[in-house]
Amino acid sequence: MSAAEEVITKAPAVEAVPKRGMTLGLGASLVMLAALIIGPLFLKNFIIFQMTMLLIYGLAVLALNILTGGSGQFSLGQSAFYAVGAYTSAILMEHAGVNYALTLPVAGLICFGFGFAFGQPALRLSGIYLALATFALAVAMPQLLKLGFFEHWTGGVQGLVVTKPDPPFGLTMSQDMWLYYFTLAISLGIYIASVNLLRSRSGRAFMAIRDNEIAASAMGVDVALYKTLAFGVSAGVTGVAGGLGAIAVQFVAPDSYTVTLAISLFVGMVIGGVGWLPGSIVGSAFIIFVPNIAEHISKGLSGAVFGVLLFLAIFLVPHGARQVAIVAEQLVRKLKK
Amino acid sequence: MELFTNQVLAGIATGAIYACMALAVVMIYQAIDHLNFAQGEMAMFSTFISWQLMQWGVPYWWAFPITLIISFAGGIAIERLLFKPLAKAPVLTNVAGFIALFAIVNSVAGLIWDFTIKQYPTPFGTSPFLGSQLISTHQAGMIGVTLVLLIALYFFFQFTRIGLAMRAAAALPESARLVGINTSWMIALGWGMASAIGAIAGILIAPVVFLEPNMMGGVLVYGFAAAVLGGLSSPLGAVIGGFLVGVFENLAGTYIPGIGNELKLPIALALIITVLVVKPAGLLGRPIVKRV
Repeated sequence: MSAAEEVITKAPAVEAVPKRGMTLGLGASLVMLAALIIGPLFLKNFIIFQMTMLLIYGLAVLALNILTGGSGQFSLGQSAFYAVGAYTSAILMEHAGVNYALTLPVAGLICFGFGFAFGQPALRLSGIYLALATFALAVAMPQLLKLGFFEHWTGGVQGLVVTKPDPPFGLTMSQDMWLYYFTLAISLGIYIASVNLLRSRSGRAFMAIRDNEIAASAMGVDVALYKTLAFGVSAGVTGVAGGLGAIAVQFVAPDSYTVTLAISLFVGMVIGGVGWLPGSIVGSAFIIFVPNIAEHISKGLSGAVFGVLLFLAIFLVPHGARQVAIVAEQLVRKLKK
Repeated sequence: MELFTNQVLAGIATGAIYACMALAVVMIYQAIDHLNFAQGEMAMFSTFISWQLMQWGVPYWWAFPITLIISFAGGIAIERLLFKPLAKAPVLTNVAGFIALFAIVNSVAGLIWDFTIKQYPTPFGTSPFLGSQLISTHQAGMIGVTLVLLIALYFFFQFTRIGLAMRAAAALPESARLVGINTSWMIALGWGMASAIGAIAGILIAPVVFLEPNMMGGVLVYGFAAAVLGGLSSPLGAVIGGFLVGVFENLAGTYIPGIGNELKLPIALALIITVLVVKPAGLLGRPIVKRV
């Protein structure tokens, strides 16, 4: 077997998405936002809760998208960062009595540090090896959370119950609805920040590394710094999503954050389109609703139905929701002419 | 000292399981350049097929080759039907395909054979091997079969035309196509062989971990770990990696206080990451030199 591989002739593992291709046009964004704001006013509490989860997983998928679509690194370990964020929020709220809104930045910062630190050894790994290393992290996390040593804070196997916040300022809306708008505001802030990040100098550095690492370093990009930074940012956003998730579900336990969650997030990213940030919410909808639909179609075969639907999705649109959006955009243009 | 030897022996015995699985993982990685996440589930399904054959009264030594043939054909069919159309899709889409396959196979097996734990027979018997309580004759047989399989694979890849063609197709597909190798079918053949090796692994493992649809979950993680530790391009490395992971896991569980059974897996994985950081291509893997 030839040991030499030609880097230039070989296509990069992650598609090169130009930075303009990463976002939605202004008009489409506003329509989407209006739907997200007005929608819950007409919905039942349970559906509002599901929409909150949709936004939260959307954030987690977005975080993975920054890492993979932006800087070209894989991760099957996002559930570990999600768990750390969730536990940070839960512990701060229940043991230290901190206000729920204030726990989120702390969760984000702690996860940023954790991700940045994990990015250091991960620097030497790429492709399949990085996937395995992050996978190992995801497998190890529930076991670490169960350790007797931390039990005083984490509640061990039983986990922690988190109280749901009431709407502030005497607003008359249900807790679920308040939490939804709270989540929406944070998601929106993070989405805009991520879009700006990818358009900034750092974002261009991420993309340069993704497209050709050697060329990027020749142009003066500090490859090691930006790769670990991408890990840190991704972990930080996932941590905030985890904190929000803990508040919404009102419960944290080690077994909610297994590797299955990491795999779901990965599937969500592929379905949404790698490197297309608005797709994150489509991917998140897929991982929340499709298992329910599958359960509906057949109880015993729900796994198989989920698998078949996933296959259908990747056969029809191998580039995920991004491909659908591009086709739709072209159609709209034709109609206008 | 006796404790030490015993733990090493026990580690080798479990290591044989990981080595088997790692061999199947390396096989498919050679052919398609991806880690197949559904490998373990495919092996589980094959094992169930052999179990079903035996339930219908087929003797063990007939059920074994029949299962291998079915698995081989099944592997090729999966490649032709599901993954050949995805060959040009992005890598990450392929990984999502493996995850989908995993869900389908697991769920279908659960529906056909349900989730109760089943006994699986062994042809080697379960009496102590050479007077040692830690290795049974079955486990010794397993180590033997793994080694025979390894040697057979070595000869296949080194000394047969088709083995050479498969290596060529994996290393430089375009050049291989130019000299008249049907690379597309070589990939299918790789899937078939990986599936058959997985079936052997499943049939050997089932008497130890018992037969049920989720039996491969833990084993596959170790199989991946072993394959990566030994180097994904080296079948010998995979087998050595399997034994090393088994032994290390047992020794860490015995000698490092506070680890116990729960932390065995994270510790084993931590070891592998450490090895990878120092030697990214694995112990026996060939480092990939990049030409710019």
